[in-house]
Amino acid sequence: MEASSLPAALELAAGGGAGLSPEKRAALGSSLLLLQRDYRFERVWFWGCIQGVRGAYYIAEGLGPDRAAHRSRLYSLNCVEWSLLPPATEEMVRQAEQLKGRFQGDPSFEYEYTEINAEDAERLFEDGKEPVIKEEARLVATIEQIDRAVGIIPRGAFVKTPLGSVHENRNFEGLSLTEAKKLSSYFHFTEPVNLKNKTLLEKADLDPSTDFLDSLEHDIPQGKGS
Amino acid sequence: ERGHGPYQPHEPGYGLYQPGYSPYDDQIPDPQSRTLAIQNAKAYLLKSSTTSGLNLYDHLANMLTKILDEQPTNAVDIIENISKDVKWAQFQKKMDTLRDEYEILPTYEAAEKRKALFLKANDGDEELEEEIGETPLPNVMETAFYFEQAGIGLSKDEYYHIFLALKKLVSVQPIQTCRFWGKILGLEMNYIIAEVQYHEGEEEEETEEEEVTEEGRKGVGEVEDEEEEKEKEDEPPKSTYKPPPVIPKEENGTGANKYVYFVCNEPGKPWVKLPPVTPAQIVCARKIKKFFTGRLDAPVVSFPPFPGNEANYLRAQIARISAGTQVSPIGFYQFAEEEGDEEEEVEGGRDTYEENPDFQPLSVAEMVDSLSTWVHHVQSILKQGRCVWLNPFQKSEEEEENEEEEKAEEPDELQQELQQEIGPPLLTPLSEDEGIQNIPAWTAQPSTNLIPQYAVAILQSNRWPGAYAFASGKKFGNIYFGWGHKYSPENHAPALPPPAQAEYPSGPETTETRDPTLEEELAFKAAREEALAAAEEEEEEDEEGIEDDEEEDD
Repeated sequence: MEASSLPAALELAAGGGAGLSPEKRAALGSSLLLLQRDYRFERVWFWGCIQGVRGAYYIAEGLGPDRAAHRSRLYSLNCVEWSLLPPATEEMVRQAEQLKGRFQGDPSFEYEYTEINAEDAERLFEDGKEPVIKEEARLVATIEQIDRAVGIIPRGAFVKTPLGSVHENRNFEGLSLTEAKKLSSYFHFTEPVNLKNKTLLEKADLDPSTDFLDSLEHDIPQGKGS
Repeated sequence: ERGHGPYQPHEPGYGLYQPGYSPYDDQIPDPQSRTLAIQNAKAYLLKSSTTSGLNLYDHLANMLTKILDEQPTNAVDIIENISKDVKWAQFQKKMDTLRDEYEILPTYEAAEKRKALFLKANDGDEELEEEIGETPLPNVMETAFYFEQAGIGLSKDEYYHIFLALKKLVSVQPIQTCRFWGKILGLEMNYIIAEVQYHEGEEEEETEEEEVTEEGRKGVGEVEDEEEEKEKEDEPPKSTYKPPPVIPKEENGTGANKYVYFVCNEPGKPWVKLPPVTPAQIVCARKIKKFFTGRLDAPVVSFPPFPGNEANYLRAQIARISAGTQVSPIGFYQFAEEEGDEEEEVEGGRDTYEENPDFQPLSVAEMVDSLSTWVHHVQSILKQGRCVWLNPFQKSEEEEENEEEEKAEEPDELQQELQQEIGPPLLTPLSEDEGIQNIPAWTAQPSTNLIPQYAVAILQSNRWPGAYAFASGKKFGNIYFGWGHKYSPENHAPALPPPAQAEYPSGPETTETRDPTLEEELAFKAAREEALAAAEEEEEEDEEGIEDDEEEDD
């Protein structure tokens, strides 16, 4: 969520029972602004929070001029002090997928592998490292996976300029009610995978400035959002 | 000058000469004459019609503009209709260019329902006195405030709507106590759940229904006996499958059915009462994991097959969540002092409690530090699916008379295996709760570390994610916001169906063996032929022997 419109957005997203306490909300209002100043971000988005057993992580993302470029992610335990997270690598994601169970709430907590394939174990032992993975790395990988799976934007909210960079569409006024009910009016905000697989007939209808991402229509499992 | 260029339609000679065959084709047309021809054509098109005042040029321009704007499919096939539409559009008043009907959006209907909540009943002042007195309506906004300190809860608007909806429920039904239990999310719609206790003696409707079904079953049993007597001679082998005995559900007002639950999808929609829960439903609900769709009559397709539809599944999950996560600070509730027998206590355990008038609240720091300051105040559900164990083989006096004949068939083994199940007694502290793997069952936190004087102690359940409890001074509350499922670190793996039943018992007479293969048959045949041949030779030798003997005798 956009940092400046956080209170209003929180009201709308509160149907699921998860929200922020007034203390956190007040803290976020000021700390996100300071984040923008310190890291020279153009936009700061509040991504959400991940509940651990002993504490929660609050995650924020900072964007530069190109909104589709790699986003820097930061986490905080108290919404006041933020730390930058390393970018996610494929290996991190693969290792984190094998872990099950809740987050602990402590970023330096080290998980031990309980079940790993024989191959992975050999590979890891060859390097001379012990098979531990820090909670921080697991956090990075989890955020990356969640973003990839469910990071969506409405169609028309972002436009691609001829230079390739992506900006917010100033003329976007929201989706109409009928459009909002269709899955095809939402896109994944990641590198498009299926775009080139569309038939020529479908491609002819696309507008290259707004339709440069994968839509949600062909996601598995198919189901209607409500 | 006018040359003989392309002939206009009104000139004689038009159409007579096809392109390429005109007698003037070998002449290169004068460019001047071509532009002139174009001008003539345009002038013709611009000529206004005498009847309608339109001209063809403008009409064609409008039509092509409309087509290019709208880009209909197969435009060439509907060109005449498009033309008609454009002409018709001339007659529309220019003020109202939007021809759409005013859309009745579904959001309007929802707003209408919510508005109905805000309208006061028409009885006027008479009811005011009743309302100000003791009312079973809970103070939803107060609990909302406390949970909000922890960052849990819905938006204030939604809470207020729920508040008003509860008020409506209380005014309609004869309710003694009422509580906002929580919200369970579903795929299509959500459920808002209210936990309610009736005044004593108010629930009569359901018992009638149960009696009717029991009588129906007895009737069916008698008919079946008669049929069996007729067919005793030639019967196919009867199935030896005996379904496990049905464990009766607990009475309304006790155990798992202590509270009655009402649900609605949105505040403003009518409240629906959920049916009481049966032990079979709870036992089955423990084995399946299905998301709720939001429609109470949706079937629950699962293995093992769930006995009921979504309303029953919802009720079973609510019962499990209540039993697992409804907690209160220690000392708030105490056992009522009973004058009665000790025998009753041993059998069922204590199941009633009352508020302690001398409750001294502990400080928030103490509540957060140790889990033994919180206790469960709802009975836990045993493995059987009830709160109070019942031996299903204990027959009542009526049934014993009827079943003397069948006693021989009943296996006594099952009876011996069933042991009395005992759960943790009521008001046990949370420190006794088991965790999952290495995660404790509860997480306790103060709502804020910055202002400890006014902090609220918050408990989050790790076994049922979404269950929360708060305590602050003398106030406490429980609530649930979530999908309605227990936490499991592994993905849900449904039970496999049991192996297919053997068709017949395997014994000395009927055993299943493999068919002999071709080689075995041939070998067997060869062996038999050899045996036959050997037997024949012996016979011949015997005969020869006899004949020799006879010859010798002579």
